[in-house]
Amino acid sequence: MIKKRLAAAAAMATLAPLTLAACGGGGSNEPGSEGSASEAVSSLTVLDYYTESPSHSQIGDQLQKCGTSIGVATVDHQSVPGPTLIQKVLQQASSKTLPDVLMLDNPDIQQIAEAGALMPLGDFGLNADGYAPGPVSAATFDGQLYGLQPGANTLAIFYHKDVLAKAGVQPPKTWAELKTAAKKLTSGKQYGFAFNATADYEGAWQFLPPMWTNGGDETDLKSPQVAGALQLWKDLVDDGSVSKSAVNWKQADVNDQFIAGKAAMMLNGPWQIPSLQKAKVDFGVAPFPVNTPDQTSIAPLGGEAWTVPVTGDNAKMAKAAELVKCMNTDENQMLRAKQGGLVPTKLALAEQYKTEVPSMAGFTDAVANARARTGKLGPKWPDTAKVIYTGMQLVLTDQAAPADAMAKAGAS
Amino acid sequence: MSDAETLTTATEPTRPSSDTAPAPRRGRRGEEIAKVLFVVPAALTIIALFGYPVVKNLAMSFQNYTLRTFINGEAPWVGLQNYVAVVTEELFSKALVNTALFTIGSIIGQFVIGMLLALFFHKNFPLNGVLRALFLLPWLLPLIVSSAAWRAILEQDSGVLNVTLEGLGIINAPIPWLTSPDVALIAVILVNIWIGIPFNLTLLYSGLQEIPDELYEAGALDGASGWKAFWNITWPNLHAVVSVVLMLGVIYTLKVIDIILGLTQGGPANATQTIATQSYQRSFVEFKFGQGAALSNILILISLVFAIVYLRATRRQVDE
Repeated sequence: MIKKRLAAAAAMATLAPLTLAACGGGGSNEPGSEGSASEAVSSLTVLDYYTESPSHSQIGDQLQKCGTSIGVATVDHQSVPGPTLIQKVLQQASSKTLPDVLMLDNPDIQQIAEAGALMPLGDFGLNADGYAPGPVSAATFDGQLYGLQPGANTLAIFYHKDVLAKAGVQPPKTWAELKTAAKKLTSGKQYGFAFNATADYEGAWQFLPPMWTNGGDETDLKSPQVAGALQLWKDLVDDGSVSKSAVNWKQADVNDQFIAGKAAMMLNGPWQIPSLQKAKVDFGVAPFPVNTPDQTSIAPLGGEAWTVPVTGDNAKMAKAAELVKCMNTDENQMLRAKQGGLVPTKLALAEQYKTEVPSMAGFTDAVANARARTGKLGPKWPDTAKVIYTGMQLVLTDQAAPADAMAKAGAS
Repeated sequence: MSDAETLTTATEPTRPSSDTAPAPRRGRRGEEIAKVLFVVPAALTIIALFGYPVVKNLAMSFQNYTLRTFINGEAPWVGLQNYVAVVTEELFSKALVNTALFTIGSIIGQFVIGMLLALFFHKNFPLNGVLRALFLLPWLLPLIVSSAAWRAILEQDSGVLNVTLEGLGIINAPIPWLTSPDVALIAVILVNIWIGIPFNLTLLYSGLQEIPDELYEAGALDGASGWKAFWNITWPNLHAVVSVVLMLGVIYTLKVIDIILGLTQGGPANATQTIATQSYQRSFVEFKFGQGAALSNILILISLVFAIVYLRATRRQVDE
C-alpha cells in the first residue's frame, strides 16, 4: 500500500517541471467598436510598476487630478512589480482586460506595439513635437508614435566628493583619467570604481555608456570600437580598481557598495539620489568620460512612457489619450521630474529645470543627448542585449578576449 | 481497483435474493454508475491540472508562440523548429552538462548528509527533537529569501564566508564563489545541498523508525553491529524509502530555477545555466514561449526516464 502511494507520488512529481511552462492560452482580441465617443466615461483603469512609496501615491495623485480635469470621476490606479509587468499585460491581453492606460519601460514599447497591443497616439491627435529625440525614437514603431514619456533618466558617474578631494583626484574626463583615478582611489576595502555587469538587460544597459561613447554600435558588435569599450571594463577589473563581483552586482548592489564607502565612484542613475541623500552621502555627478577628446559622451535613455492599449472601447481609449496628454503637460513634466529624480523630456523645459534643480544639471544635458536602446533595432533589441551582456561576462571572467568576445557570444 | 472489489463483496450479502432477475441488474447498473461517479471528480481534476498543461505545453512547443500570440491569438505551427532552435544553440550542450552535474552533485551531497544525520538522530539523546526541528529550517524559508541570504554570505570581498575563512587562516585570497565560472557551479550546488538536506533527513529518518528493533537485537546476537548492522539490516530494509527519496530528489533538482536565478542568474558567463533556467529565460525574459516549452518538454522527458526506471524497479520488488 505504502509502496503504491509512493509510486503515485513519484509519478506526480515527474510532472513538476510543468510549473515552468504553459502559463496561459492566447485569446483573440479584435478591436471592436463597443461604445461610441459620445458616451460619457466615468472611470479609467491605469497600470504601472510604481509599487514603491512615495512614487505610487505621487503618480496616483497626478492621475487623479488629470482624471478630474478631463471629466473622469474615478481613475483606478494599479501597480505591479517591475519584472512582472509584461507578464501581467500578456495575461490581460489574452483575457481582454487590458487597462485603459498602460505605463511601459521605454525599451519595451516597440515590442508591445509590434505585437499589436497599443494604439498609435496620432489617432487621437497627440504628437511629440519639442521632445528630446531619445524618448521619441523609443516610442516610435513603423513611423507611428505609441507612447509619451514625461520624464527621463540616464547613467552618469557618481563620486564621493570628500574621498576624491582627499586623494587629490579630479572627476575623470577621459578613459585614461578614469583608469588612473580609479587605481589611485583603490585602497584597503575601498575600490576606486563600481559598475553593474550582470548577465541580464541591466548589465547590458550599463555597458552602453562606454560602448556608444567610443563610437560602437549595436548593429555591429564585432567592431573595434565595441572591443575598445570591453577592454576598458576589463582593464578596470584587471587593475583591481573594480571588484570582480561586478559580474554579480545589480545597480542597487553597486549603490549599496558606494554608500558603504566600498567604492569611491560608481556608474548609476538619478533614481539612486533619494537613497544617497538619506544616507547623507556628499556626492558629485559627472558625465561618463570619453576615450578620445573628439568624442562626446553618450548615455542610454531610461524612463517610462504612458501608452494607450487597444481595448476596443473607443470612448474610453479617447479619454485614455487625454489622460496621457495631461500627464505630459509642462507642469506635470516638471512636477514628475522633481518628484522622481527625472529630467523633463520637453527640451524647452531644460533651462528652467536646471535653474530650479541645480543638482540635476548634469543629467539634464545628458538626457538631451541620450540614445534609446530600441532606436535602431526596435523590437530586435532584446536579442542584441543578450549578446552584449554575454560578451561582457565572457571578457570579465577571462573566457574570451575583447576582440572576439562578441562573436563568441553569438554576434552576427 | 482492489478497493472497488472489496466494496462489491461487502455489499453482496445485503442484496435481495439473487434469482429475481430485474432487481440485481438495476442494482448492478446503479453500482457501476456510482463507481464512475466516484472517479469523476478525481479524473476531472487530473485532466484540468495535469492533462491540460501537458497537452498545452506539448502543443506550444510546436508553435511559434510569442508576445503576439497573447494579443491576437495567432500561433502558427512550425513543426520541430523550436526543438531544432534550442538544441542547436551552442549553450544547449553546456546547459545539459550543467544540469547533469548540478543534479548528480546535489543528490549525492543531500543524500549522504541526510542519511548520516538520519542515523545520528535515530539514536536517543537529549534535545533530539529540538535539533531535528531546527534542521527543517532551510525547508521552511522561502527560496527567494535563502538565495538572497546565500548571495550575501558568498559575496567575494565582504561575504561572511570568505571573511571567516581568511580570519581562520584557511585561505589567503578570497574565493570567487559566485564570480568565477570555475567555482560558481560548485557554490550553487553547495547551496542546493543545504536546501535539500531536510527533505532527505525527514524521509530517511521516518524510514529508519519503521525498521523493527527486534531485527537489530537478533543481529546483535549474531555479532552484527555498527557498519555490519547498517549494511545487512538497515540498508535492505530502507530500500523502498531510499529509492523514493532519490527519485523525488532527481526530479525536484532537475527543475530548480529559483536558487540559480537568485544566486547567479545563470552567470557568470553562463557557467550556471541549466535546461530549467534556459527554459525560464526563453519563456519569461525573451517571451519565446514556443522555445521555452520545447526546453521544458525535454526536461519532462528526462524526468520521465527516471520515473520509468523507478516504477520498473519497484514493480520488480512487488513481484518478488
